[in-house]
Amino acid sequence: MTSLYQSVRNTETRNRTHGKVRDRDEREKSFGTTHAVAGVDLAVSAGGVYGVLGPNGAGKTTTIRMLATLLRPDAGEAQVLGYDVVRDAQAVRSRVGLTGQFASVDEDLTGVENLLLLARLLGYSRRRGRQRATDLLDALGLAEAADRQVKKYSGGMRRRIDIAASLVVTPELIFLDEPTTGLDPRSRNQVWEIVRGMVAEGATVLLTTQYLDEADQLADRIAVIDHGKVIAEGSSGELKASVGAGSLHVRLRAPEQRAEAERVLASVLEVPAEPSADPAALSARISDPERVARALAELSRSGIDVTEFALGQPSLDEVFLTLTGHAAEETPEEDAA
Amino acid sequence: MNATTAEQASAPVTEDALRSVLLAGERPSRPGPVLTSLTFGWRALLKIKHVPEQLVDVTLFPIMFTLMFTYLFGGALAGSTQAYLQFLLPGILVQANVMITMNTGITLNTDIQKGVFDRFRSLPVWRPSPLVGALLGDVMRYSIGSAIVITLGLVLGFRPEGGAVGVVLSVVLLLVFSFCLSWLWTMLSLILRTPNSVAGVSMMVMFPLTFVSNIFVDPKTMPGWMQAVVEVNPITHLATVVRGLMDGSVPAGEIGWVLVSSVLLVAVFGPITMVLYRNKE
Repeated sequence: MTSLYQSVRNTETRNRTHGKVRDRDEREKSFGTTHAVAGVDLAVSAGGVYGVLGPNGAGKTTTIRMLATLLRPDAGEAQVLGYDVVRDAQAVRSRVGLTGQFASVDEDLTGVENLLLLARLLGYSRRRGRQRATDLLDALGLAEAADRQVKKYSGGMRRRIDIAASLVVTPELIFLDEPTTGLDPRSRNQVWEIVRGMVAEGATVLLTTQYLDEADQLADRIAVIDHGKVIAEGSSGELKASVGAGSLHVRLRAPEQRAEAERVLASVLEVPAEPSADPAALSARISDPERVARALAELSRSGIDVTEFALGQPSLDEVFLTLTGHAAEETPEEDAA
Repeated sequence: MNATTAEQASAPVTEDALRSVLLAGERPSRPGPVLTSLTFGWRALLKIKHVPEQLVDVTLFPIMFTLMFTYLFGGALAGSTQAYLQFLLPGILVQANVMITMNTGITLNTDIQKGVFDRFRSLPVWRPSPLVGALLGDVMRYSIGSAIVITLGLVLGFRPEGGAVGVVLSVVLLLVFSFCLSWLWTMLSLILRTPNSVAGVSMMVMFPLTFVSNIFVDPKTMPGWMQAVVEVNPITHLATVVRGLMDGSVPAGEIGWVLVSSVLLVAVFGPITMVLYRNKE
């Protein structure tokens, strides 16, 4: 049903100086000549948000930079909207919008000057360009800041002007590279609102993020990448299903009954139940949700009082852990580096 | 009103407005290389408007140099400051301009650091236009610097025998040479990592280039090997041309030398810059 909108095929894409833009020196050195992106194979259909999820250094930015023609793949090929990113680079450039940590606006200029500059470069007349700039600033709630230098913008406003800059000529595909990294929750919600608004109007967005809840909230389909490879692909629901139906959390009134509860659950669910840190609680990863009702009945028949009995879908965190063997989010020290 | 209160006061997104900007599917035709280069030049002028203090190197710096060298060396080198000014001013004009060109590389490197550069590279415009535009903006800065040096010279008593025509011609030639020399800095700024290192390396090139020339003294008193260096230094030829034109003579051979070295500078550093620009990672 979905048309094949964009396909990206990088069988082996190496990049000698991966991560120069946002990663730090130690990463560059330790990465040396490893494959920053090797075997990223994405097919994005028209409309909606396609999320690329992965930790720092997984190759997300490298992938987007290649798709946006800023980086030449060393091997393999990539097509965006049917155009080859190397051979038809100009065709790609005129059809995509780019927003990210690496595609910024000029901090010395005002909001309206930045947009007018881009409008003029994209072929608008001076008058039409100014109109377009004003309309964009209005639409993204930046009208009051139009004549202020961008360096005086707050983080959230900065992200919105970056998005506005990628919409000067309505793009067929919008790249958003970590649009909410470092934003406070309020500004993050504003950016999400904008992304949802764009999608409601039929835009296609390719979003990278290291936040699981962001991918979960916004993306229709998600590719999980790690060490430059796509390790899983699908809707958020499919990814969750791939690691099991979810998990069952049970809390007992009497902690001393936990051993017995563990035995009962294990026999009904046919999977091991595991004690939680909370002495009165235990949980089990379940494969067959139908057994859950029976488990509850069995517990009450055995005289075990239950205060909490919750069935949860697995979080993307669990998905990531299952797929990669390590957690998705970077440790704080590495984030701060 | 600070940024935060302004942000809270404004409605973040209005759905109707967002819809109308996204649906306004205007696709203007792509502008040509001249227009995009001029537009990038306009950006450079806007930056001068917003950050006027960046003009220090084209205003105070040349004034300081002119005054310093005239009164420091005038008496000792030429017998009087007045006589020395007549010799020095065209040379200082050359030095001031050539020194200002370094700024090109520092500015470009800052753009790369801040990510503005990647936004420009992602646009469907003639590839060299961001660089050409930046250089055109710099030509404006060179003009300001030249006007200041010449005005100061006239105030101090410099009298160009070549008249207004000679002065204007020499400045035009100077701008052409400076524009061409700037490609050396664009290349450097794409190789080096930080604006500071660009500034450092530029200084290392610029100091010997301007001092080991005929800008300050007649090379006759220098040792032979140094005279040889001075003789091949393009800055020497440039200073000779500016001096000649301001003095009312037309040193045709020297003008040819300057034009050839200008063309060579672009022919060598232009393509290297563009290759680096295309493959910048």
